[in-house]
Amino acid sequence: MAKTMYEKIWDAHFVHQEAGQAPLMYVDRHLMHEVTSPQAFEGLKMAGRPIRNTHSILATLDHCVPTKLADRLNLPDPIGAKQVQTMMNNCDEHGLILYDMKSKNNGIIHVVVPEHGFVHPGMTTVCGDSHTATHGAFGALAFGIGTSEVEHVMATQCLPQSKSKTMLVKVDGTLSKFSTAKDIALAIIGKIGTAGGNGFVIEYAGEAIEALSMQGRMTLCNMAIESGARAGLVAPDQKTIDFLEGKEFAPKGEMWDRAVKYWKSLPSDDGAEFDLIVELRAEDIAPQVTWGTSPEQVVPVDQSVPAPTDFDSEGKAIACKSALEYMGLESGTKMTDIPVDFVFLGSCTNSRIEDFRAAAEVAKGTTVPSNVTAIAVPGSYLVKEQAEAEGLDKIFTDAGWEWREPGCSMCLAMNGDQLTPGQRCASTSNRNFEGRQGKGGRTHLVSPAMAAATAGAGRFVDIRELEAS
Amino acid sequence: MDKYTNHTSVAALMNRSNVDTDQIIAKQFLKKVERTGFGQHLFHDWRFNEDGTPNPDFELNNPKFDGAKILVAGDNFGCGSSREHAPWAIDDYGFNTIISTSFADIFYNNCFKNGILPIVVDADTLKALMSEISANEGVEFTVDLENQKVSTPGGIEWSFEIDGFRKHNLLEGLDDIGLTLAQTDKIDSYEAKHKEMFPWLWAS
Repeated sequence: MAKTMYEKIWDAHFVHQEAGQAPLMYVDRHLMHEVTSPQAFEGLKMAGRPIRNTHSILATLDHCVPTKLADRLNLPDPIGAKQVQTMMNNCDEHGLILYDMKSKNNGIIHVVVPEHGFVHPGMTTVCGDSHTATHGAFGALAFGIGTSEVEHVMATQCLPQSKSKTMLVKVDGTLSKFSTAKDIALAIIGKIGTAGGNGFVIEYAGEAIEALSMQGRMTLCNMAIESGARAGLVAPDQKTIDFLEGKEFAPKGEMWDRAVKYWKSLPSDDGAEFDLIVELRAEDIAPQVTWGTSPEQVVPVDQSVPAPTDFDSEGKAIACKSALEYMGLESGTKMTDIPVDFVFLGSCTNSRIEDFRAAAEVAKGTTVPSNVTAIAVPGSYLVKEQAEAEGLDKIFTDAGWEWREPGCSMCLAMNGDQLTPGQRCASTSNRNFEGRQGKGGRTHLVSPAMAAATAGAGRFVDIRELEAS
Repeated sequence: MDKYTNHTSVAALMNRSNVDTDQIIAKQFLKKVERTGFGQHLFHDWRFNEDGTPNPDFELNNPKFDGAKILVAGDNFGCGSSREHAPWAIDDYGFNTIISTSFADIFYNNCFKNGILPIVVDADTLKALMSEISANEGVEFTVDLENQKVSTPGGIEWSFEIDGFRKHNLLEGLDDIGLTLAQTDKIDSYEAKHKEMFPWLWAS
């Protein structure tokens, strides 16, 4: 019978199903950071349970870490410092690989893992972090779990899992040069909603997805969770194989050949059936901007802020009204007339080298207005080094941006980088929830190029018009 | 984990959709390395004024909802981050049951690890439950997990679906790591097969 890629990975990792219990799924890779793991280690210790496979784990420090160099050397927040120290102690005690703040490999977990080739096609991968979906870009079944499940995987290398439904999101056609993987992700969420993917694993396919780089696919899969899906997947192809070849944790020699052969068997079979198919045309996807407090509250940049009466469901109308109130916006205002106070370029969604190249191209020769703060936060030290080698840091600082050390930073604002109440931010991150970037802060999600254009103008800009002028 | 027992308790109303885990427990409270003490921070940004005093306009500050164990909320409750601090805060505050039309995937899983029962109802039933609370704040609903039923003094009865394994674990207060470890021989034999299927994962 023809199988989807999800079904192939599921079948290959099915361990056992005891009568009356959920199926057990084997876990190949377990990623960790400091925020969602301490209670899991504590639980293991209290139960006297060992870690089943320490080689399956790779850990980093990213959520709490400051992005200003002086603060990294001497963490200003004692509670955050304790969390960081706890992670270091736990990794040390169990002999786990940790990219601590002094490591040249340090950075955001979902940026450093692909840099070192730790996740391969067909692997089951978990992390106490919802953006684990990122690794679906490699054709790995990757999803976020809670801390109790982190403990469960450490103790057993398995998770009780119910099988998800499958959704095929097909994007055919050619994307305009001004639109990016981020715009595809936002357009999909705008179409199916933030609960549209509940209960599903999404496979992204079609000409526009095949045309994306690996980094673009990571951005796309990263936001699968924002549509409610357990995971997002892209079929591995030559780009995937080329990306992994030679990486530290990629197979070598004869093992490489065997692995590649297996990876090539993973794409969904012709005729495989999905529970739901959603189609978009790439030509129709303009640069997107969110206007509200949920990623589904999104419009193309050349449109205006909607009104509650534009929505046919009562729930969406109420959500629109309260979002407008929180965001301090009037219905009918053109998105390009909205000024910003802050621009954030970074996060596990958009902090890889291609993101900085795209933003730098737009930022070049611009000047950030004096009433706007713009910060560029690389996803890892390797991204930072590469950007500096290409002179991108200079482009940003010449334009008036701050060039920071790596970390999650203002995506969730745990590390001290945050908005003050009422401040409005163009952000390349993944969530525009109330207070996400600081209490009272107003977040608009955009692509890196759109963020750079916005920083230069002090308001949202339709980047398609920059070229014309 | 405590056993989930049938109960009749005050049902609090939160008529909002897409309540996300950032609102349930804000980032500034995620730095603790313990599982306890999060209830005081539940819904912090909505619940408290700038000066730290309770915001009287926030629904859960309504004294009629004091001691509520049941939370009735709008669609897609618990979306966003995977933080288990969200159910820890909900549990610590005193809720053991949440009723909505839908829950986000990771949050839904996390509830069961913490003795919280998430109940899915249809849109009409949610509306009726919300109306009954609005008309009679402080009303007590009855949750019968064994028979998978919610009932109200107003005569609403709803039979809910729940996975049998999860129901069993809630009723018995079971640690499901222990249940998986009981299958260690099965995991061992799968792992032997895994080494043959994916030798490159075991090469180093």
